[in-house]
Amino acid sequence: VSAGLHVAVVGGGLAALRAAEGVVAHDATARVTVLGAERAAAYARPPLSKAVLAGATDGGELAVRRRPQHQDRITLRYDAPVAGADLARREVRLLAGGTLAWDALVVATGLRPRRLDVPGPSLGRHAVRTLPDVLELRAALARARRRVVVVGAGVLGCEIASTLAAGGHTVTVVDAGTTPMERALGPVAGERVLGLHREHGVQWCPRTTVAACTGKDAVDGVVLSGGAELPADVVVEAVGSTANTGWLDGSGLDLSDGVLADNHLLVGGRPDVAACGDVVRFPNPLFPGVLRRVEHWTMAGETARRAALSVLDRPPGRPATGRHGSPGAAPFCPLPYFWSEQHGLTLHGLGMTDDADDTLELERGPGGHVVYGHAKGGRLVAVTLFGLASRLPHYRELLLRALVPGRA
Amino acid sequence: VIEDVAVDPAGCIGAGQCALYAPEVFDVHDGVAHVLDATPGAHLHDAVLDAADACPVQAVLLRLRTPPT
Repeated sequence: VSAGLHVAVVGGGLAALRAAEGVVAHDATARVTVLGAERAAAYARPPLSKAVLAGATDGGELAVRRRPQHQDRITLRYDAPVAGADLARREVRLLAGGTLAWDALVVATGLRPRRLDVPGPSLGRHAVRTLPDVLELRAALARARRRVVVVGAGVLGCEIASTLAAGGHTVTVVDAGTTPMERALGPVAGERVLGLHREHGVQWCPRTTVAACTGKDAVDGVVLSGGAELPADVVVEAVGSTANTGWLDGSGLDLSDGVLADNHLLVGGRPDVAACGDVVRFPNPLFPGVLRRVEHWTMAGETARRAALSVLDRPPGRPATGRHGSPGAAPFCPLPYFWSEQHGLTLHGLGMTDDADDTLELERGPGGHVVYGHAKGGRLVAVTLFGLASRLPHYRELLLRALVPGRA
Repeated sequence: VIEDVAVDPAGCIGAGQCALYAPEVFDVHDGVAHVLDATPGAHLHDAVLDAADACPVQAVLLRLRTPPT
Protein backbone atom coordinates (compact mmCIF):
# COMPACT_ATOMS: atom_id res chain seq x y z
CA VAL A 1 0.00 0.00 0.00
CA SER A 2 1.43 3.38 -1.01
CA ALA A 3 1.63 5.82 1.86
CA GLY A 4 0.94 8.70 -0.50
CA LEU A 5 2.81 11.91 -1.01
CA HIS A 6 3.51 14.01 2.08
CA VAL A 7 3.34 17.75 1.41
CA ALA A 8 4.58 20.28 3.97
CA VAL A 9 2.97 23.70 3.73
CA VAL A 10 4.92 26.29 5.70
CA GLY A 11 2.70 29.19 6.72
CA GLY A 12 -0.66 29.58 8.40
CA GLY A 13 -2.67 32.11 6.43
CA LEU A 14 -5.23 31.84 3.65
CA ALA A 15 -2.67 30.82 1.03
CA ALA A 16 -1.33 28.01 3.21
CA LEU A 17 -4.79 26.65 3.95
CA ARG A 18 -5.96 26.82 0.34
CA ALA A 19 -2.75 25.19 -0.88
CA ALA A 20 -3.27 22.32 1.56
CA GLU A 21 -6.86 21.93 0.44
CA GLY A 22 -5.78 22.03 -3.19
CA VAL A 23 -3.33 19.18 -2.64
CA VAL A 24 -5.79 16.82 -0.99
CA ALA A 25 -8.54 17.71 -3.45
CA HIS A 26 -6.41 16.81 -6.47
CA ASP A 27 -4.49 13.83 -5.15
CA ALA A 28 -6.45 10.97 -3.65
CA THR A 29 -3.70 9.77 -1.31
CA ALA A 30 -1.61 12.84 -0.49
CA ARG A 31 -1.31 14.03 3.10
CA VAL A 32 -0.50 17.59 4.12
CA THR A 33 1.01 19.12 7.22
CA VAL A 34 0.45 22.86 7.61
CA LEU A 35 2.95 24.60 9.89
CA GLY A 36 1.58 28.00 10.92
CA ALA A 37 3.57 30.44 13.01
CA GLU A 38 0.53 32.30 14.32
CA ARG A 39 -1.49 31.04 17.23
CA ALA A 40 -4.76 31.14 15.32
CA ALA A 41 -6.25 29.39 12.32
CA ALA A 42 -6.26 31.30 9.03
CA TYR A 43 -8.45 34.37 9.16
CA ALA A 44 -9.54 37.15 6.84
CA ARG A 45 -7.10 40.05 6.97
CA PRO A 46 -8.92 42.70 4.88
CA PRO A 47 -11.31 43.63 7.75
CA LEU A 48 -8.45 44.17 10.22
CA SER A 49 -7.81 47.80 9.23
CA LYS A 50 -11.52 48.47 8.78
CA ALA A 51 -14.24 46.73 10.83
CA VAL A 52 -11.92 45.26 13.47
CA LEU A 53 -9.99 48.49 14.04
CA ALA A 54 -13.28 50.38 14.14
CA GLY A 55 -14.42 48.11 16.95
CA ALA A 56 -17.34 46.67 14.99
CA THR A 57 -16.04 43.15 15.63
CA ASP A 58 -13.44 41.40 17.76
CA GLY A 59 -12.50 39.22 14.85
CA GLY A 60 -14.22 36.06 16.08
CA GLU A 61 -16.02 35.54 12.79
CA LEU A 62 -13.01 36.25 10.60
CA ALA A 63 -11.90 32.63 10.44
CA VAL A 64 -11.55 31.47 6.87
CA ARG A 65 -14.07 28.81 5.90
CA ARG A 66 -12.41 25.46 5.41
CA ARG A 67 -13.21 23.01 2.64
CA PRO A 68 -14.91 20.15 4.42
CA GLN A 69 -13.63 17.51 2.00
CA HIS A 70 -10.59 15.41 2.87
CA GLN A 71 -9.75 17.41 6.00
CA ASP A 72 -8.73 14.09 7.56
CA ARG A 73 -5.62 14.18 5.38
CA ILE A 74 -4.66 17.70 6.51
CA THR A 75 -2.83 18.21 9.81
CA LEU A 76 -2.94 21.83 10.95
CA ARG A 77 -0.27 22.84 13.43
CA TYR A 78 -0.48 26.35 14.85
CA ASP A 79 2.16 28.18 16.85
CA ALA A 80 4.69 26.06 14.97
CA PRO A 81 7.22 28.42 13.39
CA VAL A 82 9.85 26.90 11.16
CA ALA A 83 13.54 27.66 11.73
CA GLY A 84 15.10 26.24 8.61
CA ALA A 85 14.85 23.96 5.61
CA ASP A 86 17.17 21.43 4.04
CA LEU A 87 16.01 21.11 0.46
CA ALA A 88 18.52 18.37 -0.36
CA ARG A 89 17.27 16.15 2.46
CA ARG A 90 13.69 17.31 1.97
CA GLU A 91 12.97 18.38 5.50
CA VAL A 92 12.08 21.47 7.48
CA ARG A 93 13.38 22.20 10.96
CA LEU A 94 10.94 23.49 13.56
CA LEU A 95 11.89 26.36 15.83
CA ALA A 96 10.69 24.34 18.80
CA GLY A 97 12.98 21.49 17.77
CA GLY A 98 12.59 18.44 15.59
CA THR A 99 12.28 18.08 11.85
CA LEU A 100 9.53 17.22 9.42
CA ALA A 101 10.25 15.27 6.24
CA TRP A 102 8.36 16.03 3.03
CA ASP A 103 8.05 14.87 -0.55
CA ALA A 104 6.94 18.32 -1.66
CA LEU A 105 7.13 21.72 0.00
CA VAL A 106 4.86 24.75 -0.38
CA VAL A 107 6.27 28.04 0.91
CA ALA A 108 3.50 30.31 2.20
CA THR A 109 5.15 32.18 5.07
CA GLY A 110 3.80 35.58 4.07
CA LEU A 111 5.03 38.90 5.36
CA ARG A 112 5.78 40.83 8.49
CA PRO A 113 5.48 44.60 8.79
CA ARG A 114 8.59 46.63 8.19
CA ARG A 115 9.32 48.82 11.20
CA LEU A 116 10.79 52.29 11.41
CA ASP A 117 14.42 52.33 12.40
CA VAL A 118 14.39 55.56 14.38
CA PRO A 119 15.52 56.59 17.86
CA GLY A 120 13.02 57.09 20.66
CA PRO A 121 10.71 55.07 22.88
CA SER A 122 8.98 52.01 21.42
CA LEU A 123 5.89 52.17 23.65
CA GLY A 124 3.09 53.76 21.65
CA ARG A 125 4.38 52.56 18.28
CA HIS A 126 2.21 50.05 16.45
CA ALA A 127 2.20 47.97 13.29
CA VAL A 128 -0.83 46.27 11.76
CA ARG A 129 -0.56 42.81 10.30
CA THR A 130 -2.21 40.35 12.66
CA LEU A 131 -5.42 40.32 14.68
CA PRO A 132 -3.49 40.70 17.97
CA ASP A 133 -1.71 43.75 16.45
CA VAL A 134 -5.05 45.41 15.76
CA LEU A 135 -6.59 44.57 19.12
CA GLU A 136 -3.52 46.09 20.79
CA LEU A 137 -3.81 49.26 18.72
CA ARG A 138 -7.51 49.45 19.48
CA ALA A 139 -6.85 49.15 23.18
CA ALA A 140 -4.33 52.01 22.99
CA LEU A 141 -6.99 54.19 21.39
CA ALA A 142 -9.94 53.12 23.48
CA ARG A 143 -9.74 55.54 26.36
CA ALA A 144 -9.92 58.87 24.62
CA ARG A 145 -9.65 60.73 21.38
CA ARG A 146 -6.04 60.54 20.44
CA ARG A 147 -3.56 62.29 18.23
CA VAL A 148 -2.41 59.63 15.79
CA VAL A 149 0.42 59.81 13.30
CA VAL A 150 0.15 57.20 10.55
CA VAL A 151 3.47 56.68 8.81
CA GLY A 152 3.06 55.47 5.24
CA ALA A 153 0.23 56.15 2.77
CA GLY A 154 -0.07 52.79 1.08
CA VAL A 155 -3.41 51.00 1.03
CA LEU A 156 -3.00 49.93 4.65
CA GLY A 157 -1.96 53.35 5.95
CA CYS A 158 -4.83 55.02 4.09
CA GLU A 159 -7.38 52.57 5.48
CA ILE A 160 -6.09 53.00 9.02
CA ALA A 161 -6.20 56.80 8.65
CA SER A 162 -9.77 56.58 7.39
CA THR A 163 -10.95 54.26 10.16
CA LEU A 164 -9.32 56.28 12.94
CA ALA A 165 -10.55 59.62 11.58
CA ALA A 166 -14.07 58.21 11.52
CA GLY A 167 -13.52 57.13 15.13
CA GLY A 168 -12.97 60.74 16.14
CA HIS A 169 -9.20 60.70 16.43
CA THR A 170 -6.95 63.44 15.07
CA VAL A 171 -5.02 61.80 12.26
CA THR A 172 -1.94 62.95 10.39
CA VAL A 173 -0.42 60.86 7.62
CA VAL A 174 3.31 61.17 6.98
CA ASP A 175 4.47 59.75 3.67
CA ALA A 176 7.62 59.81 1.57
CA GLY A 177 5.59 60.08 -1.64
CA THR A 178 3.69 62.98 -3.15
CA THR A 179 0.21 61.45 -3.29
CA PRO A 180 -1.32 58.57 -1.34
CA MET A 181 -1.09 55.02 -2.67
CA GLU A 182 1.40 56.32 -5.18
CA ARG A 183 2.65 52.96 -6.40
CA ALA A 184 -0.81 51.47 -6.85
CA LEU A 185 -2.55 54.53 -8.27
CA GLY A 186 -0.11 57.00 -9.76
CA PRO A 187 -0.50 60.77 -9.25
CA VAL A 188 -3.89 61.46 -10.89
CA ALA A 189 -5.94 58.85 -9.06
CA GLY A 190 -3.84 59.52 -5.96
CA GLU A 191 -5.04 63.14 -5.96
CA ARG A 192 -8.58 61.82 -5.75
CA VAL A 193 -7.66 59.81 -2.63
CA LEU A 194 -5.91 62.82 -1.16
CA GLY A 195 -9.00 64.95 -1.69
CA LEU A 196 -11.15 62.33 -0.01
CA HIS A 197 -8.95 62.23 3.08
CA ARG A 198 -8.76 66.02 3.29
CA GLU A 199 -12.55 66.26 3.10
CA HIS A 200 -12.63 64.04 6.16
CA GLY A 201 -10.13 66.02 8.17
CA VAL A 202 -7.02 63.88 7.74
CA GLN A 203 -3.84 65.98 7.72
CA TRP A 204 -1.12 65.17 5.17
CA CYS A 205 2.63 65.55 5.26
CA PRO A 206 3.81 64.47 1.79
CA ARG A 207 7.48 63.97 0.81
CA THR A 208 8.27 63.54 4.49
CA THR A 209 9.73 60.80 6.63
CA VAL A 210 9.96 60.33 10.37
CA ALA A 211 13.44 60.96 11.77
CA ALA A 212 12.76 60.16 15.41
CA CYS A 213 10.10 59.52 18.00
CA THR A 214 10.10 61.70 21.10
CA GLY A 215 8.99 60.98 24.65
CA LYS A 216 10.42 59.56 27.83
CA ASP A 217 8.87 56.13 28.39
CA ALA A 218 6.18 56.31 25.72
CA VAL A 219 5.88 58.17 22.46
CA ASP A 220 4.63 61.74 22.77
CA GLY A 221 5.49 62.92 19.27
CA VAL A 222 7.55 62.49 16.14
CA VAL A 223 10.31 64.53 14.57
CA LEU A 224 9.84 64.89 10.81
CA SER A 225 12.61 64.84 8.22
CA GLY A 226 12.33 68.64 7.80
CA GLY A 227 12.90 69.11 11.53
CA ALA A 228 9.31 69.94 12.49
CA GLU A 229 7.77 68.16 15.47
CA LEU A 230 4.31 66.66 15.58
CA PRO A 231 2.64 65.68 18.85
CA ALA A 232 1.38 62.09 18.86
CA ASP A 233 -0.15 59.78 21.43
CA VAL A 234 0.06 56.86 19.05
CA VAL A 235 2.25 56.19 16.01
CA VAL A 236 1.08 53.61 13.47
CA GLU A 237 3.79 52.33 11.17
CA ALA A 238 2.43 51.26 7.78
CA VAL A 239 5.67 51.43 5.85
CA GLY A 240 5.46 48.22 3.91
CA SER A 241 6.38 44.63 4.59
CA THR A 242 9.26 42.22 4.60
CA ALA A 243 8.87 38.68 3.32
CA ASN A 244 9.31 35.92 5.89
CA THR A 245 12.08 34.04 4.16
CA GLY A 246 14.79 33.95 6.84
CA TRP A 247 14.16 30.24 7.35
CA LEU A 248 15.23 29.65 3.74
CA ASP A 249 18.56 31.49 4.06
CA GLY A 250 21.37 29.32 2.77
CA SER A 251 19.03 27.19 0.67
CA GLY A 252 20.38 28.65 -2.57
CA LEU A 253 17.00 30.10 -3.51
CA ASP A 254 16.61 33.67 -4.80
CA LEU A 255 15.21 35.51 -1.77
CA SER A 256 15.89 39.08 -2.89
CA ASP A 257 12.22 40.05 -2.38
CA GLY A 258 10.16 37.11 -1.26
CA VAL A 259 10.76 33.79 -2.97
CA LEU A 260 11.42 33.89 -6.70
CA ALA A 261 9.32 31.35 -8.61
CA ASP A 262 8.70 30.55 -12.24
CA ASN A 263 5.34 31.07 -13.90
CA HIS A 264 4.07 27.77 -12.44
CA LEU A 265 5.11 29.03 -8.99
CA LEU A 266 7.82 26.37 -8.77
CA VAL A 267 10.93 27.50 -6.93
CA GLY A 268 14.64 27.06 -7.58
CA GLY A 269 14.06 25.01 -10.72
CA ARG A 270 12.73 22.17 -8.56
CA PRO A 271 9.57 20.20 -9.33
CA ASP A 272 8.82 19.61 -5.64
CA VAL A 273 9.01 23.11 -4.15
CA ALA A 274 6.47 25.86 -4.85
CA ALA A 275 5.51 29.15 -3.23
CA CYS A 276 2.24 31.05 -2.95
CA GLY A 277 0.56 34.02 -1.31
CA ASP A 278 2.20 37.32 -0.43
CA VAL A 279 5.66 35.77 -0.35
CA VAL A 280 5.93 34.59 -3.96
CA ARG A 281 7.52 36.73 -6.66
CA PHE A 282 6.59 35.38 -10.08
CA PRO A 283 6.32 36.40 -13.72
CA ASN A 284 2.81 36.99 -15.04
CA PRO A 285 2.52 36.84 -18.86
CA LEU A 286 -0.19 39.52 -18.70
CA PHE A 287 2.50 41.99 -17.59
CA PRO A 288 5.74 41.31 -19.46
CA GLY A 289 8.79 42.70 -17.75
CA VAL A 290 7.14 43.03 -14.35
CA LEU A 291 8.41 40.54 -11.78
CA ARG A 292 7.09 41.12 -8.32
CA ARG A 293 5.07 39.96 -5.40
CA VAL A 294 1.35 40.82 -5.34
CA GLU A 295 -0.03 41.35 -1.85
CA HIS A 296 -3.72 41.25 -2.74
CA TRP A 297 -6.11 39.08 -0.74
CA THR A 298 -7.58 37.32 -3.79
CA MET A 299 -4.09 36.50 -5.08
CA ALA A 300 -3.51 34.30 -2.04
CA GLY A 301 -6.17 31.83 -3.14
CA GLU A 302 -5.24 32.04 -6.82
CA THR A 303 -1.56 31.34 -6.24
CA ALA A 304 -2.33 28.65 -3.64
CA ARG A 305 -4.43 26.63 -6.07
CA ARG A 306 -1.72 26.85 -8.69
CA ALA A 307 1.12 26.01 -6.30
CA ALA A 308 -0.75 22.90 -5.12
CA LEU A 309 -1.23 21.67 -8.66
CA SER A 310 2.37 22.40 -9.58
CA VAL A 311 3.91 20.32 -6.79
CA LEU A 312 1.50 17.49 -7.50
CA ASP A 313 2.26 17.52 -11.17
CA ARG A 314 5.71 16.04 -10.99
CA PRO A 315 6.54 14.67 -7.58
CA PRO A 316 10.06 13.28 -7.35
CA GLY A 317 10.40 9.82 -8.80
CA ARG A 318 7.31 10.17 -10.94
CA PRO A 319 7.17 11.26 -14.55
CA ALA A 320 5.95 14.72 -15.45
CA THR A 321 2.38 14.75 -16.61
CA GLY A 322 2.39 18.29 -17.96
CA ARG A 323 -1.08 18.74 -16.58
CA HIS A 324 -0.64 21.69 -14.28
CA GLY A 325 2.83 22.99 -13.61
CA SER A 326 5.98 22.37 -15.64
CA PRO A 327 6.20 22.25 -19.42
CA GLY A 328 2.95 21.59 -21.22
CA ALA A 329 0.67 23.31 -18.75
CA ALA A 330 -1.22 26.50 -19.57
CA PRO A 331 0.51 29.64 -18.32
CA PHE A 332 -0.63 31.13 -15.02
CA CYS A 333 -2.14 34.54 -15.83
CA PRO A 334 -4.12 35.84 -12.84
CA LEU A 335 -5.54 39.35 -13.13
CA PRO A 336 -4.60 41.19 -9.93
CA TYR A 337 -7.56 42.69 -8.09
CA PHE A 338 -7.72 44.58 -4.85
CA TRP A 339 -10.30 46.64 -3.06
CA SER A 340 -10.14 49.20 -0.33
CA GLU A 341 -12.62 51.19 1.68
CA GLN A 342 -11.84 54.71 2.79
CA HIS A 343 -14.25 57.27 4.25
CA GLY A 344 -17.20 55.23 3.06
CA LEU A 345 -16.03 55.03 -0.54
CA THR A 346 -15.11 51.65 -2.01
CA LEU A 347 -12.12 51.63 -4.28
CA HIS A 348 -11.24 48.82 -6.68
CA GLY A 349 -8.03 48.21 -8.58
CA LEU A 350 -7.57 45.81 -11.48
CA GLY A 351 -4.27 45.01 -13.16
CA MET A 352 -0.83 46.40 -12.35
CA THR A 353 0.14 50.03 -12.61
CA ASP A 354 3.90 49.35 -12.56
CA ASP A 355 5.64 51.70 -15.00
CA ALA A 356 2.31 53.10 -16.22
CA ASP A 357 3.07 56.41 -17.90
CA ASP A 358 -0.42 57.83 -18.37
CA THR A 359 -3.72 58.00 -16.50
CA LEU A 360 -7.00 58.88 -18.18
CA GLU A 361 -10.52 59.30 -16.89
CA LEU A 362 -12.72 56.59 -18.39
CA GLU A 363 -16.03 57.33 -16.74
CA ARG A 364 -17.55 59.71 -14.26
CA GLY A 365 -20.57 59.00 -12.09
CA PRO A 366 -22.51 61.00 -9.52
CA GLY A 367 -21.07 61.82 -6.10
CA GLY A 368 -17.47 62.08 -7.23
CA HIS A 369 -17.40 58.48 -8.40
CA VAL A 370 -14.87 58.04 -11.17
CA VAL A 371 -13.00 55.39 -13.14
CA TYR A 372 -9.39 55.83 -14.24
CA GLY A 373 -7.46 53.83 -16.80
CA HIS A 374 -3.69 53.46 -16.45
CA ALA A 375 -1.70 53.00 -19.64
CA LYS A 376 1.86 52.01 -20.41
CA GLY A 377 3.09 52.87 -23.90
CA GLY A 378 -0.49 53.43 -25.04
CA ARG A 379 -1.72 50.05 -23.75
CA LEU A 380 -4.23 49.78 -20.90
CA VAL A 381 -2.56 47.94 -17.98
CA ALA A 382 -4.78 48.81 -15.00
CA VAL A 383 -8.13 50.32 -14.04
CA THR A 384 -9.04 52.04 -10.77
CA LEU A 385 -12.67 52.55 -9.78
CA PHE A 386 -13.78 54.95 -7.06
CA GLY A 387 -17.26 53.70 -6.34
CA LEU A 388 -19.09 52.41 -9.45
CA ALA A 389 -18.45 48.83 -8.31
CA SER A 390 -21.13 47.48 -10.59
CA ARG A 391 -18.98 48.57 -13.54
CA LEU A 392 -16.19 46.28 -12.40
CA PRO A 393 -17.18 43.31 -14.61
CA HIS A 394 -17.21 45.62 -17.65
CA TYR A 395 -13.76 47.01 -16.93
CA ARG A 396 -12.33 43.60 -16.11
CA GLU A 397 -13.32 42.45 -19.58
CA LEU A 398 -12.04 45.65 -21.20
CA LEU A 399 -8.70 45.24 -19.44
CA LEU A 400 -8.36 41.58 -20.36
CA ARG A 401 -8.96 42.47 -23.99
CA ALA A 402 -6.08 44.92 -23.81
CA LEU A 403 -3.79 42.50 -21.98
CA VAL A 404 -4.49 39.20 -23.75
CA PRO A 405 -3.57 39.21 -27.43
CA GLY A 406 -6.30 37.74 -29.58
CA ARG A 407 -9.00 37.82 -26.87
CA ALA A 408 -12.32 38.39 -28.62
CA VAL B 1 -21.11 20.68 2.57
CA ILE B 2 -22.84 23.81 1.40
CA GLU B 3 -26.51 23.67 2.25
CA ASP B 4 -27.57 27.07 1.07
CA VAL B 5 -26.11 29.97 -0.92
CA ALA B 6 -27.44 33.50 -0.67
CA VAL B 7 -26.32 37.05 -1.34
CA ASP B 8 -26.92 39.79 1.21
CA PRO B 9 -28.86 42.29 -0.90
CA ALA B 10 -28.09 45.16 1.46
CA GLY B 11 -24.37 44.48 1.41
CA CYS B 12 -23.81 43.58 -2.25
CA ILE B 13 -22.11 46.30 -4.32
CA GLY B 14 -22.14 44.40 -7.61
CA ALA B 15 -18.37 44.02 -7.89
CA GLY B 16 -18.91 40.68 -9.58
CA GLN B 17 -16.16 38.72 -7.87
CA CYS B 18 -18.60 35.92 -7.06
CA ALA B 19 -19.68 35.55 -10.69
CA LEU B 20 -16.02 35.48 -11.68
CA TYR B 21 -15.21 32.52 -9.45
CA ALA B 22 -18.53 30.66 -9.69
CA PRO B 23 -20.41 31.76 -12.82
CA GLU B 24 -22.68 28.71 -12.55
CA VAL B 25 -23.94 29.93 -9.18
CA PHE B 26 -23.85 33.74 -9.37
CA ASP B 27 -24.80 36.28 -11.96
CA VAL B 28 -24.45 40.05 -11.71
CA HIS B 29 -26.96 42.26 -13.42
CA ASP B 30 -28.55 45.61 -12.60
CA GLY B 31 -25.64 46.25 -10.24
CA VAL B 32 -26.24 43.39 -7.83
CA ALA B 33 -25.39 39.71 -7.64
CA HIS B 34 -28.14 37.14 -8.07
CA VAL B 35 -27.97 33.53 -7.00
CA LEU B 36 -28.67 31.22 -9.91
CA ASP B 37 -28.39 28.04 -7.88
CA ALA B 38 -28.90 28.16 -4.11
CA THR B 39 -28.06 24.48 -3.67
CA PRO B 40 -25.17 23.88 -6.03
CA GLY B 41 -23.76 20.42 -6.60
CA ALA B 42 -20.64 19.25 -4.80
CA HIS B 43 -18.45 19.90 -7.85
CA LEU B 44 -19.19 23.63 -7.44
CA HIS B 45 -18.53 23.92 -3.70
CA ASP B 46 -14.88 24.93 -4.01
CA ALA B 47 -15.79 27.64 -6.49
CA VAL B 48 -18.52 28.95 -4.17
CA LEU B 49 -16.09 29.10 -1.24
CA ASP B 50 -13.60 30.94 -3.44
CA ALA B 51 -16.36 33.35 -4.38
CA ALA B 52 -17.11 33.97 -0.70
CA ASP B 53 -13.39 34.58 0.01
CA ALA B 54 -13.14 37.05 -2.86
CA CYS B 55 -16.20 39.16 -2.08
CA PRO B 56 -14.95 42.59 -1.00
CA VAL B 57 -17.92 43.18 1.29
CA GLN B 58 -18.53 39.65 2.64
CA ALA B 59 -21.98 39.59 1.05
CA VAL B 60 -21.86 35.94 0.00
CA LEU B 61 -23.77 34.11 2.71
CA LEU B 62 -23.26 30.37 3.06
CA ARG B 63 -24.89 27.87 5.34
CA LEU B 64 -22.40 25.08 5.84
CA ARG B 65 -22.84 21.67 7.33
CA THR B 66 -19.79 19.70 8.39
CA PRO B 67 -20.17 16.07 7.47
CA PRO B 68 -19.67 13.53 10.27
CA THR B 69 -16.14 12.16 10.19
